[in-house]
Order: sequence, then C-alpha cells, then structure tokens
Amino acid sequence: MKLNNSYCGQNESIFMQEQDKIIEISQTFPMTVSRRKLLGGMVTTAVAITQSANGQTIQKGLTDEDPTKVTGTLAGEIGTRSPFVKSVKKPSDISSRSPLQDFYGFITPSDLHFERHHGGVPLIDPQKHELIIHGLVEKPLKFSLADLKRFPSVSRIAFLECSGNFRTGKETMTPQEIAGLTSQSEWTGVKLATLFREVGVKPSAKWFLAEGGDSAVMTRSIPVAKGWEDAIIAYGQNGEPVRPEQGFPFRLFLPGWEGNTSVKWLRRIELSDEPFMTREETSKYTEAIKDGKIRMFSFDIDARSIITFPSFPQSIEKGWIEIKGLAWSGRGKVLKVEVSTNAGKTWQVANIQEPVLDKAHVRFRYLWKWNGEETEIMSRVTDETGYTQPTFQQLVEARGSEMGGYHLNPITAWQIKKDGRVLLKPENLRA
Amino acid sequence: MKALYLYFGLLINTCFIYFFPTWGKPISQAKQIHADTTLYGFGRAVTQAEIDKIDIDVSPSGKGLPQGKGIATEGKKIFEAKCVACHGIGGTGGVGGVLVTTNDTKIKKKEKTIGNYWPFATTVFDYVRRAMPFNQPGSLSNQEVYHLTAYLLHANGIIDEKKIIDAQTLPKIEMPNHKAFVPDDRTGGSIIR
Repeated sequence: MKLNNSYCGQNESIFMQEQDKIIEISQTFPMTVSRRKLLGGMVTTAVAITQSANGQTIQKGLTDEDPTKVTGTLAGEIGTRSPFVKSVKKPSDISSRSPLQDFYGFITPSDLHFERHHGGVPLIDPQKHELIIHGLVEKPLKFSLADLKRFPSVSRIAFLECSGNFRTGKETMTPQEIAGLTSQSEWTGVKLATLFREVGVKPSAKWFLAEGGDSAVMTRSIPVAKGWEDAIIAYGQNGEPVRPEQGFPFRLFLPGWEGNTSVKWLRRIELSDEPFMTREETSKYTEAIKDGKIRMFSFDIDARSIITFPSFPQSIEKGWIEIKGLAWSGRGKVLKVEVSTNAGKTWQVANIQEPVLDKAHVRFRYLWKWNGEETEIMSRVTDETGYTQPTFQQLVEARGSEMGGYHLNPITAWQIKKDGRVLLKPENLRA
Repeated sequence: MKALYLYFGLLINTCFIYFFPTWGKPISQAKQIHADTTLYGFGRAVTQAEIDKIDIDVSPSGKGLPQGKGIATEGKKIFEAKCVACHGIGGTGGVGGVLVTTNDTKIKKKEKTIGNYWPFATTVFDYVRRAMPFNQPGSLSNQEVYHLTAYLLHANGIIDEKKIIDAQTLPKIEMPNHKAFVPDDRTGGSIIR
C-alpha cells in the first residue's frame, strides 16, 4: 500500500507540472479591428490574461483598479474559479480529499471529487477501450463507449464514499481531513441490468468480477443481485464525460456501496458462481471486529453526518450562527438529522434541504444563538432503516478496541472555545 | 377592467383544472417501449481468443491458474532482484509494506501480512501477476509468478522450501487466518454492528 503511495504521488506530481504550465498570451492590438478584437486589445492595458495548457482563460495580475473602469476578461473556452477563491483537494500519495467545508450544495464540483486509485490515473483513449462481459452468460459481448451510449440511459444523483474515510487524533483537523473521501455527483450511463439482459446472464451466476483498465488492473467481486438492482455503467458525471480521475471513459457505479467496489476504467466483467477473493476484498477493505473475526464483503455505507460549518480552522462570533453540514446513508434516504449544541446532552432536529434522495448526500442546517460560552456541537443522522449514527465509543463497544479502520462513521464533535475558535474533539483511539 | 382580468383569470384556472388532467394523462401513459425488457442488439460478439487475452483472474478453486510451477528457492532470487527495493529484505518491510510475518512482535501486531492475514493463497498469484512490480505491472512471466508465490508462502512459514507450487497444489494450501473471515452482519436498523 505504501508502495502505491510513493509511486502514485510521483506520477501525479509529474502530471500536475505539465498541466499547470501556464502559457502567457500576449494580446497585441489587432491589425484588423473588430469589436471583439478591439476589446481584446484594450484588455491588455489593464489585466494580464493567461491561458493554461488545458485552455482555461485565467484572470491574473489583478490590480487595485475599479473593475467598473476597466474592461474585463473575454469569454473563454472553459470557466474558472475566482482567483480570490482557493478550493482544492488535499492529496496524499494514494488519495485526494474533497474540501467538504467549502461546499454550499449537495453536488461536488467534478474537479473537487475525491480521488482514490491503486496505480495512478491511467490515460485511456476511448477508441481503444472496450468493456468485455463474459463468463456465465449465454452470449459474451464487447462494448465500446459508443455502443454503451446507444442504450437507454439513466441518471441518478448519489454519493460515493471510500470505506476508509475516517481520520482523527488531533484538534486541528478540517472536515476535509476527517471525512473528505466522500463526494456526490449526478452519474449518467446505462444500467448494468440492461447489459446483463443483452449477454444473457445465466441463473447460476451469483457474483461478477469488475476489473479496471488501470495499472493495478483493480478487481472486486460483486453479487449479481446488485448488478440487477441499481448498478450503472457510468460515462457521464455532472453532465460531462466522467473525468479521468473518476474512471474515464466509463466506470461501474454502485449506489450506496463502499467506493472501492465502483471500479473505474472498467474493462471486463466476468460472471461466476463464486466470489474471486481478490486482493482488494481480502487483504484490504476487510475489517477486524470482535473475537478475532474479520468482516468481509461489507458493502453498505452506514449513515453518517458531519458539521462542516463551523469547523476548524474557522472561528465564530457571539450571536446567530447557521450550523451547516452534510448527511448521508448507503442504505436509503436520510430520515432526520439532529444537532446538539451542548455536547450531546440534548438534541434538536435540523432542517434538511430538499430534495432528499436515496443514497445521497443531503445538506442540513440548524440556527443557533451562541452565547459565548465554551461548548461542543455535533450532529447525528438517522436513516430510513431506523439506524442512528453512533458515537465512536459505541463503535468500539460493538466491534472491539482492535476494530479495523474501514466503515467508521462516528458522530464528529467540534469544540467551541470562548474566543470563538473551533477545534475538533478528537477520539481517543484506545478508549 | 378589473372584472375583465378576473374573468380571464378564472377562465385560465378553469382550463388548468378541467383540461390539464385530460391532456396530461394520455401523454404520460403513452405506450413506451419498455426499457427493461427490450433487447437492443448493441455491442459485438467477442471471441474466446479476445477474452483469453485479458482474462487473468485466478479463483480460490484454482480456475484461471496457468501452466507452470514454482519453488521458493527460485522465487527468492526473483524477489531479491525485483521486489526487495519496495518490500525489504525477506519481505519484512519497505515503502511497499510488509509481506512476511516475522517474530518481531511490533510488526506482527500492527502490519497485515500474507501469513497473518490473507485468507486465500490463490490471491497471491492473482495479485502479483496483475499488479506487480509496481513500476512494471504485468511484466512477470507466469513462471516467475509461481516462483514468487512459492517464496512468499515459504517465507511466511506456510509451506516448506521444497514444496512445488502449481495449478493443483496452490488452491489446496490452507492459509492460517482463513477461518477468521466472516460475512458482513450489518443490516441497518437500530443495532450498531
């Protein structure tokens, strides 16, 4: 795993350098004068416009000048973030975390969707990439991206969370650092059930292997029932082609299940009567529970919520504060979110922003008047199965103190200090 | 004038109340090809040769294991040439993690290894062949993978040095931690598991 880390990091950084190369476009006054070109020429006097290698027009070198007195940037090919906004993922060598504290809505901007891969992001030419479905089927078939797009399509908004998405241990941690391996998109593609019918999946098929076309040729075994139920072969993400980091040209998407099962860069599906016991589902993505037992094929993501405002490193002032955050469940819809502003002594129901979708992030809000006294604030979600998000202590009691690091969804508490500082209340790992 | 507006207002409302349902219903219930039963015929037939080219998985039953055989002493040489940089001497640790359980109690307790954790021996062959070495994935021959599998199983004290590892013997190897693995017992509802 650490091997992956270092090499992964290396590959990424090389890629980033190429991507970030900025091409300065000098805008000289044009010979042939048109209104558009004239505007372009005028701009050089006030704002330096640069274009990155990937075609983004960027406002750069902003001055103190009154923006109503200078012509702005011309229309570009790709939209940009304001240079005053810094919202970025936080990469480690093997993953990159979404800045949960920066988001206003329940959709994660595609370029801020978390990343997790086991052999770097592959560069795949869709003309040379196919999905082969074989094994216990009547008629093995291969599908190009163009073939997949001909089938009836579906879209659904759902979250994707890595099951290893919990960090704790110090007070100075952000929501991104604690739980940034969850993101939400609108995924568009063809139902796997549609393809299952095309190939004629045999009744004896109980599992299927999903295999990626990355350098790890990553594989997971998935029960066939999930394939029939709601699996999607997704080629669209938030209205555009799935991004390379998310599996371009297409990926498996399994709503509500641990992210590792939604195999990216999908190249092969093999139907079988038994699971394949791949490395990812045996030596990884399994977790120790009590009595020396190790849980495997723990697919569902349990319900979880986290307050993203106020959170570290923000600070607050006395008076009205809108507590905001995200809640979700891999088992269905969020039923309610409760917030405590007195360290868990009492709980109040928070407002949930519609629409509340199945296996999807929702945003919750709770108005609180802070009196300036030290306290702790926290949230807990209940999903439609009646499951209520546990405390860390409850998880330890259920799974034992040697419990593994996957599928941890504890209530996250923030300490509010007298001076308005907000600090995580870290869990004692050996409580 | 006000009365006139009121009149039109009522008329429009009336339209919606009385006509909208009768217009709307036949449209929404119009006969559609049912997307969930139709066969479309998209995609192309794939030959067995095309499948064989990328069908590299190995099951616990041994299905998918190729011809060839391996032995630990040969595997040790390959390991020292191609794996030791990331997994350390004897597989005891490096940037690629620990592979071998040793008597060092610190490592034993903390690190999951093939010997103390992996439930199936076939997974070693499958994973090494598909993804290793990290900087040259998929570059090892089947023969090399058999040797490495034998070496890693021997280094973990699971087989003796002379044991031949092949398509028949590998699936029969019992891994020490096999029995620890249990299916997911979480079900949602009120119980925390």
